Amino acid sequence: MNQKTDSFPEGSDFYSALKKRYRVASIWQILFLSALFVAMISLTALLYNVMDGAFGYIAYEYKNDPSEFTFTPVNELSKEELLTILQNNLSAGAYKKLDAEQAMPTRSQADLMNLFLERLLQIDTKQTWSMTESILQGNEIRQEAKTNYPEARIEFRSWLTPQFLVSSLSSRAEFAGVRTAVLGSLWLVGIAIAFALPIGTGAAIYLQEYAPKNWFTAIIQTNLNNLAGVPSIVYGMLGLAVFVRLLEPFTSGGIFGLTDANGRTVLSAGLTMGILVLPLIIINAQEAIKAVPDSLRQASFGVGATRWQTVWYHVLPNALPGILTGSILALSRALGETAPLIVVGASTFISVDPDGPFSKFTALPIQIYQWTTRAQSEFHAVAASGIIVLLVLLLTLNASAILLRNRFQRKL
Amino acid sequence: MENNNNHYSIETKDLSIHYGRFTAVRNVNLKVEKQKITAIIGPSGCGKSTLLRAFNRMNDFVSGSSVTGEIFLHGRNLYSKHVDPVEVRRKIGMVFQKPNPFPKSIYENIAWGARINGFKGKVDELVENSLRSAALWDEVKDKLQESAYALSGGQQQRLCIARAIAVQPEIILMDEPASALDPISTLRVEELLQELKKNYTILIVTHNMQQAARASDFTAMMMIDDQRAGGVIEFDDTKKIFTRPTDKRTEDYVTGRFG
Repeated sequence: MNQKTDSFPEGSDFYSALKKRYRVASIWQILFLSALFVAMISLTALLYNVMDGAFGYIAYEYKNDPSEFTFTPVNELSKEELLTILQNNLSAGAYKKLDAEQAMPTRSQADLMNLFLERLLQIDTKQTWSMTESILQGNEIRQEAKTNYPEARIEFRSWLTPQFLVSSLSSRAEFAGVRTAVLGSLWLVGIAIAFALPIGTGAAIYLQEYAPKNWFTAIIQTNLNNLAGVPSIVYGMLGLAVFVRLLEPFTSGGIFGLTDANGRTVLSAGLTMGILVLPLIIINAQEAIKAVPDSLRQASFGVGATRWQTVWYHVLPNALPGILTGSILALSRALGETAPLIVVGASTFISVDPDGPFSKFTALPIQIYQWTTRAQSEFHAVAASGIIVLLVLLLTLNASAILLRNRFQRKL
Repeated sequence: MENNNNHYSIETKDLSIHYGRFTAVRNVNLKVEKQKITAIIGPSGCGKSTLLRAFNRMNDFVSGSSVTGEIFLHGRNLYSKHVDPVEVRRKIGMVFQKPNPFPKSIYENIAWGARINGFKGKVDELVENSLRSAALWDEVKDKLQESAYALSGGQQQRLCIARAIAVQPEIILMDEPASALDPISTLRVEELLQELKKNYTILIVTHNMQQAARASDFTAMMMIDDQRAGGVIEFDDTKKIFTRPTDKRTEDYVTGRFG
């Protein structure tokens, strides 16, 4: 009776229905493809934007003509020549002061070159151009520079140089570098991980292996998940109140006999970052521990192992790659955080390398932020180079997480 | 002379196992004979594995589980407050349904259990003897340091048996030890059981009627009651269970008309 409505379509009905099914499928496929496309374009735009700033034409003048000091072209000066020039032309007092900071003969050629440019030639940047402008309108830029700055030399310059990596901060964009900021960031994540990894792993082990499953642990679990989403500025406020102010005698190094410091040290900031990544590390470690098959625990208990022996000899070794991977990813979050550092008092201008947990410090994102707020366009180029350094650091961390995971997985 | 009790290895008395308010196994009274193989059979979900795991307190790890009644080993109640479950598991070993060797070398798989239990003798000898007892020595003697995961499923299961033997238990519990194995590996495990019963008391849960009939000396037939709690409805010589069962349900089950 209900033959018509109960039956499947046949013949031409089937084919027209099939056509419609394929049409719907291809619409969805196109939507997914465009989603991927938007994502790729955003990423490319981001990378391009950074590169655009870090390379390009620069027009600069020397206040003093190079021929006053040497007949060799500036770019070809050797270390020895530079040393002689500096010795002969700097005032004795200035030379002595520099020599006291770091003995002149032990300095690198690039370092001496910077001194030569800064102290003697007194380089003065007139204008900078972005990479796109430089490539597309090279001739116009040269023309423009000739008319506006008849004295200026113009050249295509990469702001990301080896010298940039090893120089400390400077008020002159031409000589600014990221060494202080990179070291600050490394100290920061080092302290954060030293604090958060053991505590986070311990908490995860307790929650997964020991704690009973009841309403109390369920509340803890929910709160952990929420904590991982709390805005970082809130952690900054916590760090300011607890580490910078409350624990100042400890974080300033006061109880260890240091007198000139306050609580705004790399230790305070590192601990703040540690608290910030702690929920992430706990959740990641829990997932890694959960992924250890129960059959392994039962095998261990089955031969008469205690819970601790089971955790130590079987659960932890098998969860370790996952725990480490999660921790490294958490670290790369800490590396990029800016807001809490501003609150706990990272110095925006400091040229002394951090040399211990009680040092004043700056960090890469802080420095980048500080450079982008400067009015002079050459600082924006410096900021772009700083971003590249930060991105490379992040990629290195993530890559090492993947390598670590693969290496451990093969061992099983 | 020793008293009568020593004829038996382990006994349960009114043993019931609960998960929360639900009773999974009710009022089991079993007397398991020494150095014999006792099979536990019954349809899926009748509580065979639950009962087996009660013998070495593996159910302790299931949250909400509890036990009433008693299990006696040498006259001591395993569920008394004064008995440490770690000690119970050392004396009552277990082989699981799926082979679960440690992700370590073959050697370490055997040696670890002995080491953590404070074994003082020569570990090399212990490893060799255990592997020989599990009829695995000839196959692995040249690759003791290789990963246990490189072995076949059947070899892994015999390695798990060797691992259980290495801590020198009195009783070995086996939870469908051959269900994940091919027929040839299954046969080897069954042959191995006959060797092992010379030294150990073996309790084995199986779904396979032929296996129970072939390999065991005693058989306990389990079935769920109207409240879905499992219980032993018949416990006797294997021969009798498979030829002249007293309970109609046992007869239906072993002849394949049910379950």
